[in-house]
Amino acid sequence: MRSSVFLLCVLGLSLTQIQFSRADLVKQTCRQTPNYHLCVQTLRSDPRSSHADVAGLAMVMVDMIKAKSIATLHRISELLGTAPHPKTKATLRRCAELYDNAVLKADIPSAMEALKTGNPKFAEQGANDAANEADSCERAFSGASPITSFNRSVSNLSRVASAIIRLLL
Amino acid sequence: MADPNPARTFADPEDPIIAATVPDHYTPLLDVDPPAGENSRLPLKGFLVILSGLVLVGLLMALIGENGPSVSQDSQQNDLTLNAPAESTNISAQFLEPASRGPSAGVSEKSFRLHSGVRAPFPWSNTMLTWQRTGYHFQPEKNWMNDPNGPMFYGGWYHFFYQYNPDAAVWGNIVWGHAVSKDLIEWLHLPLAMVADQWYDTNGVWTGSATLLSDGQVIMLYTGATNESVQVQNLAYPADLSDPLLVDWVKYPGNPVLVPPPGIDDKDFRDPTTAWYWPDGKWRIAIGSKVNKTGISLVYNTEDFKKYELIEGVLHAVPGTGMWECVDLYPVSLKEDNGLDTSFNGPGVKHVLKASLDDDKNDYYAIGTYSLESGNWTPDNPNLDVGIGLRYDYGKFYASKTFYDQNKQRRILWGWIGETDGESADIKKGWASVQSIPRTVVFDKKTGTNILQWPVAEIKSLRKSSKKFDKLEVGPGSVVTLEVEKATQMDITAEFEIDKEALKRIGESDVEYSCRTSGGSAQRGELGPFGLLLLADEGRCEQTPVYFYVAKGTDGQLKTFFCTDESRSSLANDVDKRIFGSTVPVIKGEKLSMRILVDHSIIESFAQGGRTCITSRVYPTKAIYGAAQLYVFNNATSASITASIQTWAMKSAYIRPYSSHQES
Repeated sequence: MRSSVFLLCVLGLSLTQIQFSRADLVKQTCRQTPNYHLCVQTLRSDPRSSHADVAGLAMVMVDMIKAKSIATLHRISELLGTAPHPKTKATLRRCAELYDNAVLKADIPSAMEALKTGNPKFAEQGANDAANEADSCERAFSGASPITSFNRSVSNLSRVASAIIRLLL
Repeated sequence: MADPNPARTFADPEDPIIAATVPDHYTPLLDVDPPAGENSRLPLKGFLVILSGLVLVGLLMALIGENGPSVSQDSQQNDLTLNAPAESTNISAQFLEPASRGPSAGVSEKSFRLHSGVRAPFPWSNTMLTWQRTGYHFQPEKNWMNDPNGPMFYGGWYHFFYQYNPDAAVWGNIVWGHAVSKDLIEWLHLPLAMVADQWYDTNGVWTGSATLLSDGQVIMLYTGATNESVQVQNLAYPADLSDPLLVDWVKYPGNPVLVPPPGIDDKDFRDPTTAWYWPDGKWRIAIGSKVNKTGISLVYNTEDFKKYELIEGVLHAVPGTGMWECVDLYPVSLKEDNGLDTSFNGPGVKHVLKASLDDDKNDYYAIGTYSLESGNWTPDNPNLDVGIGLRYDYGKFYASKTFYDQNKQRRILWGWIGETDGESADIKKGWASVQSIPRTVVFDKKTGTNILQWPVAEIKSLRKSSKKFDKLEVGPGSVVTLEVEKATQMDITAEFEIDKEALKRIGESDVEYSCRTSGGSAQRGELGPFGLLLLADEGRCEQTPVYFYVAKGTDGQLKTFFCTDESRSSLANDVDKRIFGSTVPVIKGEKLSMRILVDHSIIESFAQGGRTCITSRVYPTKAIYGAAQLYVFNNATSASITASIQTWAMKSAYIRPYSSHQES
């Protein structure tokens, strides 16, 4: 009885040790990105991070870029439905095109495939491109952007992803 | 000679404050505002107090194990100050600007693009985008292309395969495109040679090379990304050797023929080379890889291309260079002007070893000796070893591959030239990437340290109306218009002489010049810059100078630099606008000479017969179609130059699908 309790304790301790080392990988990786907090927060919010290697962490981050981009597109269509000023409308439309055609249809799939198959430079390109598109969209509003937090989010996540991917090169 | 790669520094990942403010070994998108320099302004005592406080906090955190540092980067996202990119960094080029040296160094801020990292999107019109497509460089009709694959001459045709995405203008879903040509200039597109239809290449039919056997067999080895994303090597061969077009290909049922060996990561094993024959009667191939940060080339031998044996050790390794992609090893003759079959070895021969560095997206080569006894390759100059010395090209040029053209006894080099514009523009225009014009490669007998690359002679078949500008005097600080027929598609040769008096007068410089960190063509020196302004509009708001800059180095020796300055190539700010180049060796008595191929959004420049090459991608918004002009300029402060220039307008090359081909 005592020996099994002992074994259970040892097992429990070992498991926490493994968890601790994985948490270390998340921290270690995030320290090498431009936004430690965002990186740790994002990775921790996904259960896959606890048993992922660096490439896996990059994939989690890319998935989050995808999720935020979809959310941005939703927000854009909401705003378009409120009959905005024509100039804002045109810019919103341009942004929708960027997020849909560039980020979601091109950058994300390209980055994911590159990470999966071990050709990280194309993933880095995809992440950089996503940040570029988000920045482009924000810039196009000339200071009067109604979706700043969305664009910033995608941009920041992309930059973090790019930094993580750089670790694979 | 090229600047060596900057030493890679590693931030201390343990100290969260340092990690957050000091850039790591990569060239980051990192916000370093306030820069590390600000810390050094704090009084030492205060700094020590803060440091011990941090250590205490750090210890506490380690105990708890949950929290990160409290330094937040969020507030600084809008105003990013970026580091100067490393000499040969291309990867993050879309974000990074060279750090401005500021007005105190004589640099007007206007000559650099935004250093905030936020790139204003340019309203690209279809007219502008359509113009970007090349007239005579190889490219598929649409979508994404990257590495050249399996180039060879067979059945009376030059065959060219390439990495292709049939679905989009970005990398992905990679398969093998195929085209054939009689002259390396006019191409017929054929059906895809290989698609991702087997478990061992379902995640990508990647780069490979062809070996022609003396019995007429054609061996194609290529990398497949398996269903589990392991990188393996596969064998394929033509379905019908009597079909000179080699349209159909068969994959060996026993694939894969090679899997990553022990100690090599599943994702660091790709791009098999053409095989060369070894005195033991077997064939050898090389495959690039890495161990930690050391780039290596593995060697295998085989008798039948189906069973392989890993040869102990490596062909060569260079620490700090990272993953070696697209390794290439080939002989060059020290005496003759012709190319050599890949298996050739012996006296009067040196071997060029080349690798594409994944880290910085540049192709590096080194000349050395490949010993038939030891099976090792050693560089002539270890300081210019693979990855730390010379580059094939100082601009945009990657994943290159040579082949032996037995038809004309030449060694020919293909290079992938990607886009440097915004990726949303690529999606809008529906395509991305071109190939360089194939180049012959020979050993440079005059220097003994370089190879010479030169556009294949067949390119001259596209030349039409020629114009000569003989012995043009171009005084210091002047620009001369060269009236030409079609400034967007040109072949140009130019020779320059600097007035001898100025050469004698020049004083020493205490600062070493570098194309990359210079102010480009706007930075005036006593003996340069001077050269040509390409794709310039009439007001010269847009212009791409390709030029020489001569200076006396800190050692008192005259040094010649060859640069391409993209900084004013376009009014658009969402494209790369870099200044590239390198020193170019000039033998006593040689005039300074350049050759330039202008073809819409690509400019290929060659100095001193191809000793130093620069490929550039530019995306002007005004200097397009009939508005593009050509000038010769001299921005030196004291030297006059005499220029002799010859230009040809270039016809477009016939590059069409085979089905539309009329000839029988």
